Order: sequence, then structure tokens, then C-alpha cells
Amino acid sequence: MESMGKISPSTLSKSDLPWQIIWNKEACTLCGRCTAVCPVRAIELGVHRKRVVQTIIGLTEKPGNVFTVYHGVDQRTDPAHACIGCGMCDLVCPNAAIRPIRSMDVDKLRFHVNQGGVPRRRGGRRNDPRSVLDEIKFIRISMLTDPALDAGRHDFELRTLLGRVLPAEDLVKTTRENGWAPPVREIYPLIIGSMSFGALSPNMWEGLQMGVAYLNEEKGMPVRICTGEGGCPPRLLRSRFLKYVILQIASGYFGWDEIIHALPKMKEDPCAIEIKYGQGAKPGDGGLLMWYKVNKLIAAIRGVPQGISLPSPPTHQTLYSIEESVAKMIQSMSMAWGFRVPVYPKISATSTTLAVLNNLTRNPYASGLAIDGEDGGTGAAYNVSMNHMGHPIASNIRDAYLNLVKIGKQNEIPIFAGGGIGKNGNLAANAAALIMLGASGVQIGKYIMQAAAGCLGSESDRCNICNIGLCPKGITSQDARLYRRLDPEQVAERVVDVYLSFDQELRKIMAPLGRSTSLPIGMSDALGIADGDAAARLKIRHVL
Amino acid sequence: MCRLFAITSKEPLSPMAAIHALNVMKEGHDGSGVGLFLTDLGGSFERFKGAPILSGIFSNEGIRALDRYMLDLDFMVKYKLSIRPAKTPPPGTPKRDNYLVRVYDYPPDWQSLSKEEIEFRLMLTRLNLRQMGEQDGSMIVFSFWPDVIMLKEVGDPLVLAEYLGLDNEEFQARIILAQGRQNTNYAIDIYACHPFFIQGYSTMTNGENTAFVPIREYLASRNYAGYVGYQSDSEVFTHILHFAQQKLGMGLDMYKHLLTPLKDEELQRHQNGDRLRAVKHACRPLIIDGPNCVIGCLPDRTLFMVQDSKKLRPGIVGGASGMFAFSSEMCGLDAAIPARNKSEDFQPMKYDTVMVPPHRQEVVRWNQWER
Repeated sequence: MESMGKISPSTLSKSDLPWQIIWNKEACTLCGRCTAVCPVRAIELGVHRKRVVQTIIGLTEKPGNVFTVYHGVDQRTDPAHACIGCGMCDLVCPNAAIRPIRSMDVDKLRFHVNQGGVPRRRGGRRNDPRSVLDEIKFIRISMLTDPALDAGRHDFELRTLLGRVLPAEDLVKTTRENGWAPPVREIYPLIIGSMSFGALSPNMWEGLQMGVAYLNEEKGMPVRICTGEGGCPPRLLRSRFLKYVILQIASGYFGWDEIIHALPKMKEDPCAIEIKYGQGAKPGDGGLLMWYKVNKLIAAIRGVPQGISLPSPPTHQTLYSIEESVAKMIQSMSMAWGFRVPVYPKISATSTTLAVLNNLTRNPYASGLAIDGEDGGTGAAYNVSMNHMGHPIASNIRDAYLNLVKIGKQNEIPIFAGGGIGKNGNLAANAAALIMLGASGVQIGKYIMQAAAGCLGSESDRCNICNIGLCPKGITSQDARLYRRLDPEQVAERVVDVYLSFDQELRKIMAPLGRSTSLPIGMSDALGIADGDAAARLKIRHVL
Repeated sequence: MCRLFAITSKEPLSPMAAIHALNVMKEGHDGSGVGLFLTDLGGSFERFKGAPILSGIFSNEGIRALDRYMLDLDFMVKYKLSIRPAKTPPPGTPKRDNYLVRVYDYPPDWQSLSKEEIEFRLMLTRLNLRQMGEQDGSMIVFSFWPDVIMLKEVGDPLVLAEYLGLDNEEFQARIILAQGRQNTNYAIDIYACHPFFIQGYSTMTNGENTAFVPIREYLASRNYAGYVGYQSDSEVFTHILHFAQQKLGMGLDMYKHLLTPLKDEELQRHQNGDRLRAVKHACRPLIIDGPNCVIGCLPDRTLFMVQDSKKLRPGIVGGASGMFAFSSEMCGLDAAIPARNKSEDFQPMKYDTVMVPPHRQEVVRWNQWER
């Protein structure tokens, strides 16, 4: 017979967890909101017995014990219910009586989040707050020998090109012969990257789409948003707003039945087609939508049964070589829209990026290349993939750009950078650094979730439960009880705020550098960094 | 900021005309260099119209190396003008052995070559000589082209002109480009001195080119031997002009559209918006963003001026039939052509291109909305 007080190898104390709940009995009103809101049920009602020794004055009676009961919260310590540090308890507490604090010591939970032999899966980014992009400074300031521009008064044109740009040498001939020129879109250089309908809640998706539409139609900013691999709601496919959308096709082909059927009814072409071959958060691994989130709506849009996990394969099953993936798939997708829509691949940053890029340079239909670095976010991935797989974006983009310079095609194939841009809040500075290293634009995902919807995730492993549909802010949940916390209108407003402030900050970077009418792609003479090795690697100035 | 002056005249002029104009604008340059480009030559060089002229600075050893190299190529010296300057150069000016201007006869076996091939070989010869001299500084070559003389040196323009005896009657030209240099963020390098030259095209520029690095990378990756150098961020303006005309077959009307294309919403309203947009996309790395005024000369002897899109640098053109001058400041123009109708002076603004065609009858101007 087992003893009641047994401990198992995975029995942990509160101190072994990464987050401890601090609860103040005096301030607590016992309203129960914290236990109700906790997404992982890390806290529960606690009924505590307390002994008080009562000593009566005088010697007539012996001291006695008084046993009382008080109610409060208990923190659970089993790995499945370990506190994730989201702080929702703090958010809802009327008396600031409860909050999670991070353990000072290295937690022991990390050794036990593989119960049943299943490794940890989570959402978010690589758990490392450092960013080389934050270290890059803009050092070429127009000073006396040339007048700095005025970020507030001068004309600025913050646009980039998405699409295969004809070489200048071929342009005259193509124009004269009325030949085919590849489609090119003039877009805003900050793209909302691929987050699928399914990974995101309907309210989040709607909010993002509304924000993007507003920026385009009211603010004249040609902002684009990528669907991710999850299809696209039928009404959007048939609406004029489709032109603001980049449709993504990935190895699971989710949602493409619906898209193909909608083709004849489309009022507008989509902005572009992104073929996902990889993503920065989990390079070499396919997409993953866990069963928690596959509800009726998601199942319908993706064309799958309800309630099953949807792992996309790591690679496109119809392809076995890069030649095929580039030549056939890009060409097929181009043909589907009459060669009017740019089609480009998205890959994980990798040491083999240049091989991919070189192949694309020889394909006249390849419209660009999106490269997603190791700091990219995801809705669901294995922890080991997120933390240990992948290539940093900065040197990968730089190598790719300089490779294009070497062969003279730097203007023909735009490179878009993604992965950890703005991870410490420095969105414009990170974006500008990547652009000056050679990117034509940047893609963001996690940042827009944080800024536009209040995502609580962090690279210190806070929250990061996007994968199980319990997002406490309703951003990545498919449970209406959770996602109704998120008002799409307010998300849209925040999207607009983010873009307007980004725009202003980008001007504040560009104007002192003396740039305004063209995006400073590859303007590496403006960049400096204190780390000599990084400077040498990125071929920028070493400054101290 | 540099000072720029260019003049085109029916009658040949001494380069001193331009030097005096620079001198009037002296406040704006610090004497860190002067550059001259002379074409449509008069004086002693008038009779050698078709023959290539080599201009440069050579040490005595450099001249010997030059002779050996040119003899190997079968070039024959037809005429030469060497300036052996006085022993003591003005303060700041390096001591040089020879300032050299030589007219050559083409090698006999070049006779069967096409015009393009001859022009290409002339350029390669100039670049080879330049490269040969770069190690030890024995040869500094500015141009090797028919009917073109160039001279560059460190120092105050007027002092240098007297030192080199530029009032010599042999130096006469109907078109002169002159720059008084304000050395800014680069080391004093004679190759960084404007005007710049490639295959008959010459330009000089005011102001820094903030988009220099991407433009340089783009030009250098065009796989064309002539797009080298770039000791100055302004050399790319000459090469962009050459690229537009020689490689893309564009006219001068497109130069401004390359440097400072119209914005997207402007292109939507432009009569040639679609074509211009395609050009803007294809030539995007050539867009300048800095405060620049470009004055240049085409091989057909058209003089022109364009401005950056914010008009952050001054520039004025004026004159009368037979003689027009382009100047970075009005006082330079006043000094060169005082007796002109000033009400017809024109200061090009953000959309304008101004030019004086080879016939020198009028100033032709247009803006980006018209072409």
C-alpha cells in the first residue's frame, strides 16, 4: 500500500517552479477572480487550518489551542499546472493582493515538462532576450557638411517593392517590345507576417485586418498582412480588401481548397503569395495547430475534421528538390493568378540561405525571398526547436544582400527579414538596421500581438501558452469565452497606433541620415556597433 | 560645400574665366582642391579634334612608364604640353614633376574598330594607366579622350592657376567645368576632386551624397570596367549619367527621373506615370537623397544642371545667346557674365532640369511633369 505522503520524482515545491504566486491574506477579498481567470489553473481555492496558542492571564487555566480556518489561494505545483507568470491574477485582483514573481533560482520545472515522454511544446519566441539588432547604432549623422532633413516637414516616401524587379538593362527592351514585366507591389516596409486564422483567434484576426484596411484606406499607408497557413475567411477572399493580404501556402495546404474555389469570384488579386518552406521559430519543422484550437470554424476554413492536431510536414510533399520547389510551385502559383501576383518563398534563416537565394536569382518568376530568423515567434512548436534551432537574422540578411550585390541583382530580388524584430520594443530601430543591412522590408508577428493586443509573452518564458488555446488575452485562443476579451475594434486602433508611431520613428532615424525619398536599403555606412567581431561579420563600422 | 562653375561659349575662353568666377565664390570653398574640365577646345588643341588627349600628373619616372606603355600599344605622341611648375609650390600644394597634356595618334590597328570599341579601349587605357600609377603615385590620370583636357590639384584655385600658368594661350576651351573644393568627410585625394569623367561625360556636384554606398554597390555590380574609383561620393553622379545614356539608352530628360523620381502619388497623376514608375523601380538603387546640385556636360557638348528633390543646394544659370554660365552662386555668374539680362536668370527647383544645347542659343528647361 502506498503511503499518502509519497513524493514522486516530479514532485516539486513552489520554490522549484519558475514563478511563485505571492498572495496577501490581509488584502484578499476572496472574490475568486484570480482563480477563475488563471489560464492554467495554477491557483485554486485553498482552505487552511491555523492553530493559535491562547494563553489566558493567570494560572487558573492552562494555555490552549484555538484552531481556525481561513480561505485563500493555493499554488499548484504539478508540472501541468505550474504558474506561467502571465499575471492575469494581478490584472483582475481588485486589491492588488496577488501576483506572480519570478524565482531567483533556476527552476526545476524544466526537468519535468516532458511527462508521458512528450517534450515541451509552447508558443512564443526563443527564450533569450538578447538581440544583436539592439546593439546596432546609426552613426552617419548629417552634420554641417550636409543639412539633416526634417522628419516633420520634409517629404518622405517610406515604401518598398515586393516583386521581381526588372533589371534596368532589360527595362528598355521590355517596354519597347511590350513584353511581360513581373508584377511589383509598392508596399509599406513593415509587414504583418504570417499568423494563421487558427493560430490567432477570430477577434484578433478581424482586428488586424480592420487595422490594415484603415491604414490603407484612411492613412494612405500600403500596409500588407500575410495570412499564415490557415486559409482565409471566404468573405475576405471575395472582398476588395484582399489586395492588402498576402496569402500563404505551406506544406499542409490548409485552406487552399477554399482559396482555389474562390478564385473566380475574387474582386481583387491578393497582394502576393508567400510559399512557406520554413519559419524561424522552428526551422526544419512544419506548422502545428494543436487540437485544442481546431474548433468547428477553424476546421471548416482549413477543410479538416474538428478536434485533431494539425501538424504540417516539414517540407512540401510534392517536392523533392529546390529546382522543383522554385520552378514548379512558384510558376504554378503565378499561373493561377495570370502572372499578375508576385510569388515568393519564405524560408528559415539558415547557413544554406545563399544556395536558395542563388537558385531564385535564376528564376524570373521568383518575386523575392522572406527570411525568418531564429528569434521568430510561433503559435506552437517544440521548445527544443525554438530555443536551439535556427540562424540569427542579421548576418543571414547581410550575407544574402551582399551576395546579391556581388551578382548585381540587389534591386531585382527583394529580401524581407523577420524574426525577433522589436523583441525588446525597439521596432523602428531594429527594422531600420535590417533595412540598412540589406533587407527591403521586415515582417513582424509577435510584436504586433504584444503592441496591438497586449500579448503577455516574453523571452523570459512568461506565458507562452499560445499552443493550447488558453491565451489569457484571447489573442491565440479559439474559445469564445477567452477571445471575447479582445475587442477587434480596439485591436484595429492599436494596429494603427503602432504603424503611425513606427512611421514617425523611422523618419526620425532616416532624416538625420539624410535619407527621405528612398528606403535606405543597404546603406551600411550608416551603421556601427561596439562589438568588433559583429562589425567585421556584418561589414559595418566598429565604433566605441 | 563646394563651389561649382561651368560656362559654354561660342568663342574659346581661357580657363581663367572660370577660375576668376570660383575666386569670387571663395567664401564657400577652402582651397582643398580645384578641378577643371575643358572641352570643345580652342588654342593649340583645336586642330586635334579627333585625337585622344591624355591629361594627368606624372612623376619623371611616371612619364617613362607612360611612354613605354603607350609605345607598346602603338600610340604615337602627336602633340604635347607639359607644365613643369616652379620649384616651390603654393602652401598645401604637393610638389609635382609634370602636369601633362598629350595628344596621341590612334594605333594603326584601331582603324578597323567600331566607335564603341575605340571608346571602350580609350577608357581601359586610362584605367590601366591609373592603376599602374596608383601604387607609387607616379601617374595620376584624369582623362584620355578626344577634345577633352582635365586638370586637378590641391590648393586655392587662383593661386594654383597662376602657379601652373593656366593663362597660357594654348589653353582655350568653349566649355569649361570648374570646381573649387571644400573637402569634407574624405581624405584629400586628388581622385576625389570633381569634375569626374567617363567616356566624354563629366559632372561635378555640390553636397554630400547620402545614398552613396548603395549607389556605388549598384554601379560596381553592373559588370562594367569603367564603374570604379569612387574616392568621392559624387563620382557616382557621372557614372549614373553614363549608365543612363550608354547602357539604358535614355536621354537627358530621364536623368532627373533617375536621381529624384516622382513620388508614387505624383506618378499616378503623371501622363507617363506607368513608364516612369517602371523606371523608378528598375533604377531604385540610383535614387539620390542628399542635398546635391549636379552640373554636367554630355559628349555632344550639352551643359546641364539638376537639383536634389528638396532643393537644398543653390544653383543658377544665366547668360545670353552665345555664352551661358552655370554657377553654384549668383556672384560667380555675375563675375563671369556681368552684362546679361538678369531677369532671365533661372534657378532650377526640385523638378527642373536646365540645359544649354551645343548651339548655345538659349537655356532649355523642363520639369519632371512635362517629360
